[in-house]
This record gives sequence, C-alpha cells and structure tokens, in this order.
Amino acid sequence: MTSMTAPKAAAPTEEQVTPGRPRSVLARRLIPYGYLSPTVLLIAVLMVVPIIMVISYSFRDNVIVQENSVFAGFANYTKVLSDPDFLAALKNTAIFISVSAVAHLVLGLAFALMLNTQLLSGVTKAIFRIVYILPWLFTIAVIAVIWRLLLDPSGVVNYVLHTLGLIEESVNWLGDPGKALWAVTFVNVWSGYPFFMISLLAALQGIPNDLYEAAAVDGTNWFQRFLHVTLPQLRPVIISMAVLDLIWTSQQFALIWMTTGGGPLNTTEMLSTYTYKQAFSEYEFATASAAAVIVLLLTMVLAFFYVRQQRER
Amino acid sequence: MATTVKTRHTLAKAGVITGLVIGGLFAGLPVLWMLSTSFKGNGEVFQNPPELITRGFSFDAYREILGNGAQLRFFLNSYVVAFVVTILTLLVAVLAGFAFSRFTFPFQKTINAVIVSVQAVPPITLVIPYFGLVVALGLYNTYPGLILTHMVFTLPYAIIMITAYLNTLPRELDESVKVDGGTSWTTLWRILVPISVPGLIAVGVYTFMISWNEYLFALTLTRTDDMRTVPIGIQLLMGQHSYEWNQMMAMSILGSAPVLVLFLLFQRRFIGGLTAGAVKA
Repeated sequence: MTSMTAPKAAAPTEEQVTPGRPRSVLARRLIPYGYLSPTVLLIAVLMVVPIIMVISYSFRDNVIVQENSVFAGFANYTKVLSDPDFLAALKNTAIFISVSAVAHLVLGLAFALMLNTQLLSGVTKAIFRIVYILPWLFTIAVIAVIWRLLLDPSGVVNYVLHTLGLIEESVNWLGDPGKALWAVTFVNVWSGYPFFMISLLAALQGIPNDLYEAAAVDGTNWFQRFLHVTLPQLRPVIISMAVLDLIWTSQQFALIWMTTGGGPLNTTEMLSTYTYKQAFSEYEFATASAAAVIVLLLTMVLAFFYVRQQRER
Repeated sequence: MATTVKTRHTLAKAGVITGLVIGGLFAGLPVLWMLSTSFKGNGEVFQNPPELITRGFSFDAYREILGNGAQLRFFLNSYVVAFVVTILTLLVAVLAGFAFSRFTFPFQKTINAVIVSVQAVPPITLVIPYFGLVVALGLYNTYPGLILTHMVFTLPYAIIMITAYLNTLPRELDESVKVDGGTSWTTLWRILVPISVPGLIAVGVYTFMISWNEYLFALTLTRTDDMRTVPIGIQLLMGQHSYEWNQMMAMSILGSAPVLVLFLLFQRRFIGGLTAGAVKA
C-alpha cells in the first residue's frame, strides 16, 4: 500500500495531453477508472465476493442446501483437520506435487537443452519442438482417457513392459493401491513438462553467447559450462517455474477425477478431490468450504514465495 | 587434430539425435496410439499383440460421434462458451490494459496486484461459492453461468499480456490523435487496437484454449446433457457406452482439433507471448 502512489517514470499523465478539450480535473482523474470498471466489477463478482462467501460458509453450518445456516465457529475446521481422509489427501498432494515438479524440471530442462543445440538444423528442431509440446495441447479430460487406455491391465504399456521382460504379469496401474499414486504422478509429468520446456528454452536463448565463449577460452568442457554458466543463468526462471508448478499441480482436479477418482482406497485422494467430494457427493458444503479455505491458505504460502522471487529479479 | 574434432562433433550430434528421438517417443507415442485406436473397431482395441495400424482400419468411430446429436451438442456448447469468453475477455482486457499502460492513477499497483494474484486462487476454492452464487442468480445450467465463471481464469492473463504489449507501442502514436483534439477513447480504438491485432490474436488463442479445456466449472455448474461441454462429454462417453474405446479416442481427437489447429497456426507468436507472460510478468 505504501508504494502505490509512486508514478512510473516514463508514463505520461493525462494532464500533458488533450489541449483542445478542457475538462474538469476530477473528470480527467476518473478516466482510467472508467476503463478499469468492467475489470474491477468482474474481479469483485468473481473473486472478492466468492472468497468472502466461502470463508463465511466455512464458519457456519447448513449452508447452500438449507435455508437457515447457523454459526459454527471452528467446528468445520476441526472436523476437516481430524479427518484421516483429509490428512491422507494432504500427504498424497505433497508427494504428487513435489515429484511432479522435480520431474517436470528435469525433463523440461533436458528437452530444452536438446532443442537449443547448435548441432542440428532449424527444421529438425522445429519438428521436435512441436512433438514435445504435444502433451500440453490436450485437455486433461483427453489426457485422462488416453492414459486409461494405455495403462489398462490389457493395455499397450503392460504389453511393452512384459515383452521387455520388466514385468511378469499385467499390472493394474490405476487400480493397485501401491501403484496408483505413482501412475497418476507419471501422467501428470507427461502432461505438464512442456510448459517448463518452453520457458527454459526461451531463457536458454537469452543467455549471452560471450559467456560461453569466455568459458571455452578457459578450457572448460561441456559439463563445466553447463554447471557454471547455464545453470546459474537459468536459476531465477527455474525457481519461478518450480513454485508456479507447485501451485498449479496442487490445484489439479480433472486428471485425478477422471483416472482414479481418488481411489483405490484413497491412495490418490488429493486436496482438490477431497474438497469436491465433500461438497458435491456428500453435500457437506460447510466442511467442504473449510477444506477449500485451507487449500487457499496453503496456496497463498506458495504464492508468497513466488511473488518474493519475482521481486528479487 | 582436425579429425578428432570432427569425430567428437559427429558423436555429439549422434548423441543429441538419440536423445531427441527417445524424447519424441515419450511425448508422441501416446498421442499416436490415441490416433491409431480411433481408427480401430472396438473389438481390436486390446488385441494381442497390439498393432499401431490395424487391418480393420475404419472411420466408424468418427461416424458414430459425428452422427450423434448428443455428442454434437457438446461441441456446439464448447464453441459457444469458448468463443464468447474470448470476445468478452479481449474487450474487457483491452480497456484494462489501456488504463494500466497509458495512465498513472491512485491504487494502480494495488489493483494490478489483485489481478495478478487472482491467477493463484485455487479453482476448487471458488467452485463452492460459485455454485451458491450461480444458483442464486438463476444462472445454473446456462451459458452465461459458464461464460462468466470461465473469465476469472482468462481475464488476469489477458490483462497482463495486453498491458505488456501496449507498453511496447511508442507513445508518439497516441500524441498524433491528441494533437487533433481526440480523446483517449479515440486513441485506443483508432490507433492502438488496430496495430495490436497480432498481440490480441495470441491472447485470444490462449483464452480460447483455457475456456475450451476447462473442466471443473463445466462439471459443477451444469446439470443436463444438453449444457455439457466437450471435456465433460468425453467423461460421459466413458460412463455410458461401457468403454467404447475407439469412440472415446475419436471424440478426444475431435475435441482436441480446435486447439491443435489454433496452436499450429499461431505457434510462433503464441510461444513468444506465453513465455513473456509466464516468466517476466
């Protein structure tokens, strides 16, 4: 709030212009708010009011489906936080998002480095770039259906692994409680790495070439240049992308809902699917709201780190 | 000396090509398998050994989908919603972007911070109050309900991108209108919008993609099959027809086509805009 009045140096003010049209100072001051009014109205209706609503729901009972809601204090929160299903969802979400983020980063960086090579022609790289971006272009509903087909016990993944001698019998990847979380995480890795790749590729192309030339003069090899030039240069992008990815992946709902539905035995239950079930399967809108507010708070912690990272750059 | 350098160069090239091909298989094979399955009869989907190109090649699955009024309705709904969301988002975002780019005013940074932080708010947190709100406003199971709620995700990104784009346009352009006594409104629509068309297209494509792919609100804020969008239609197909895998794959291909076409047409501009927005915004 303190810095909001600081004007941008380059921005011209309205006062400098419109010499032909005298208007009152007040009317001129209101012009930018006029342009912003549809946005402000939409953000208020779609964001501010709903967040106030969900917080208010979370402290009440009998919300939405019943007429007379009553104040319930922190009862919904204690109910959610002592629910073993919620705690399982919290743990699953933590595993899901952290493994996804690491794998997205490793794959995205590997593919970006290969696409950035000087060794191949532009056309070859352009073709591979489109192939690598493909998974990102499909809606999650489609990705869920593709992988349900591929990971079916009689599907092609089992066939290939069996032929290679890696598995003895067909595995029910999405139905086995010991494997389902890893299976959905793998699918999320497949669908999400391209966004890392695109951003890292852009960042790689922004590294000044003379840094590499200077390092080459010093007699460094490829790996040393990667370690001492590329990685430090990419560091801010990597950190930003990783935090963004944690935020986005923690909000993943459709993939889980359409592949496992949170099962088997809650082993793939996420905060999002837990909250959704509380609301739209159990019609416990008050407990669902408490869970939703907890999800919001956890996201805000991550968002805080993202904003701080952006400021430091 | 020269030969060893050449050998090392060849080795490096071979290594990179091997890596690229392995990566390509990882990224592309699932998509290829989806395409292949959509041309199979349902009896051949899980045949052993699996075949990438089946002997029973047919367009039957596509015929089933395209000849079915209920499935076509999903497409119509998705097109209506995504198209209106795109138009409205561009309109509102151009106005806001203009305000941010060309004016200095109190609360500017605060409003901007709110718009940026909207992107981090979890959809699952919003869907519960939206359900209450949309029912109360009589917008449950309607196009306006979906269109309005989709905009919470399309608008912030569009505003950030359009502001960034307008900031790159020299302010001397604005001056010519003002010298003639024109208002800021004329400046925006006569000068800035016409030359921003390439940027607006990139933002429009991304907006369309987000709305076309949206799942959670489409699932929660509609009830009847005639209001469902493509992502929900795919899920319904999964439940109804006891696993007609070939039809599900055909529906997935048809449902992905608009986004794939838009992406291929605008990919250069699009990737540039996307990375600028994600990394520098």
